[in-house]
Amino acid sequence: MNSLDVAAIKADFPIFQKMMRNDARLVYLDSGATSQKPVQVLDAERFFYTHHNAAAHRGSHLLAEEASTAYEGARTTVATFIGADSEEVIFTKSATESINLIAYSFSNTQVAPFALTIGDEILVSEMEHHANLIPWQQLAKRTGAVIRWFSVTADGRFDLSNIDQLINERTKIVAITHQSNVLGTIPPVALITSKAHAVGAIVILDACQSAPHFPMNVVELDVDFVAFSGHKMLGPTGIGVLWGRAALLAKMEPFLFGGSMIETVTMESATWAPAPRKFEAGVPNMAQAVGLAAAIDYLTNIGMAKIHQHETELTQYTLDTLQTIKGLNIFGPLETIDRGGVISFALEGIHPHDAGQVLDQYGVAVRTGHHCAWPLMRKYGVAGTTRASLYLYNDRSDIDALAEAITATQKYFKVS
Amino acid sequence: MELDSLYQEVILDHYKHPLHKGLSDEKSIQVHHVNPSCGDEITLNLILKGDVVQDVTWDGVGCSISQASASIMSDLVHGKSVEQAFLALDAFSELMSSKGSIKGDDAILEDGVALAGVSKFPARVKCALLGWMAFKDAALQAREKEKK
Repeated sequence: MNSLDVAAIKADFPIFQKMMRNDARLVYLDSGATSQKPVQVLDAERFFYTHHNAAAHRGSHLLAEEASTAYEGARTTVATFIGADSEEVIFTKSATESINLIAYSFSNTQVAPFALTIGDEILVSEMEHHANLIPWQQLAKRTGAVIRWFSVTADGRFDLSNIDQLINERTKIVAITHQSNVLGTIPPVALITSKAHAVGAIVILDACQSAPHFPMNVVELDVDFVAFSGHKMLGPTGIGVLWGRAALLAKMEPFLFGGSMIETVTMESATWAPAPRKFEAGVPNMAQAVGLAAAIDYLTNIGMAKIHQHETELTQYTLDTLQTIKGLNIFGPLETIDRGGVISFALEGIHPHDAGQVLDQYGVAVRTGHHCAWPLMRKYGVAGTTRASLYLYNDRSDIDALAEAITATQKYFKVS
Repeated sequence: MELDSLYQEVILDHYKHPLHKGLSDEKSIQVHHVNPSCGDEITLNLILKGDVVQDVTWDGVGCSISQASASIMSDLVHGKSVEQAFLALDAFSELMSSKGSIKGDDAILEDGVALAGVSKFPARVKCALLGWMAFKDAALQAREKEKK
């Protein structure tokens, strides 16, 4: 497999022409928060507005027809990308909305396997993003269910020692990350899913940090729901995806009500359109869906396996490079097995906010803070970490720039 | 470097050797404030004698800006009337929202003027205000308590 032509890829992203503070070049290591956008995505969104803009699924004019075709075409692109059927792909505004949609639909649906009662269990992990924790806490409060979780081991893996207690006949939902946004950890999804299905639980995968970075097939994964966002995979903001098994979507009650999602309406009641329409109330984010499809085309043209290989090699290089810096401690796995390109670290004697501030002076953009994973920060006894997250447009020169800037930061605060 | 306007020596000194850090056993009011965007936390104990700040102690975790600012604030308000402390607080708030347009009056703010550079970094203003807002909350609660 040939390696990526990072220079050619970078040339597709206009933002890399921008000069940062002190005329430094942009070293963008914050793709875990949001990715940058190639010109192909920006053009696709603009082209939709300049050529096809109208409300999809309404009106009988040419533009309405074109907008509908473009929007549904985007759905097909997403479905193909994850190995699903188009009718199983729901567009939302974000992955956060996708997960809330499931959680609210659970409390709106009074039949099995959705209806929860007192003592039922929802299983998450200690390394979940708040977006895959709080919706379940709230569902538990509404229904009397109980939250349980996989602990995190010192080396940043799921603690599986009590998996057979955690997954039991009371377990109704297992909602876990496909890759930690703090540690890069990829949990054993197949093992957890088979055990969860054996007790009849529904498995929900937060794929925000995985779908952009490696090939994903929902049939092979065998989970029941998958949520991810467009903006972390080169797409626009304001578009997210929820994939669900057709049989489950058919039984599941909607979460948002209004236009587009109905079959018939009287003054006193309404019935729902089939999935995915019943979960897409209101005029959808059409231009953003089209932009996401352009992003997926961009990624598949390069090849997800190739992107994954590039990021794995770069992750190894990052881990090796950072470990040579005295006073730097990495959180999470130190090898690239079942681990993605998200590297969190602490600098002795320097608060993450201060580190991020000095790195910024060198054009190095990282994330600092609790990464919307406060329970995990508590587990490690820190207020926050500094996080570098990689993508296809990064290469070794970015990691070298990071390392140099870290050393300069340590000098600035006189800790080295 | 632009950075030096943010991290003045005075700030780094306070960060490394914070004043009044470590909570007193006695307190009339205790408050706990967090900065939800970064996870920084402060707990602050206040003892008022009449309308005079007799003692302020604090503890917490945070960046150099938040820790230095809490240190400077706690030293500044010691022995002042709540009225005087609130005047300093207003002056400090004004300085923080000035986007670098004012330098601050060192007769009122003492070491607090060293934080003037923070106002040019909008993301860090909340860090600088954390301790001050905790003090304000505690002083207002203490006054309420007096009234009852």
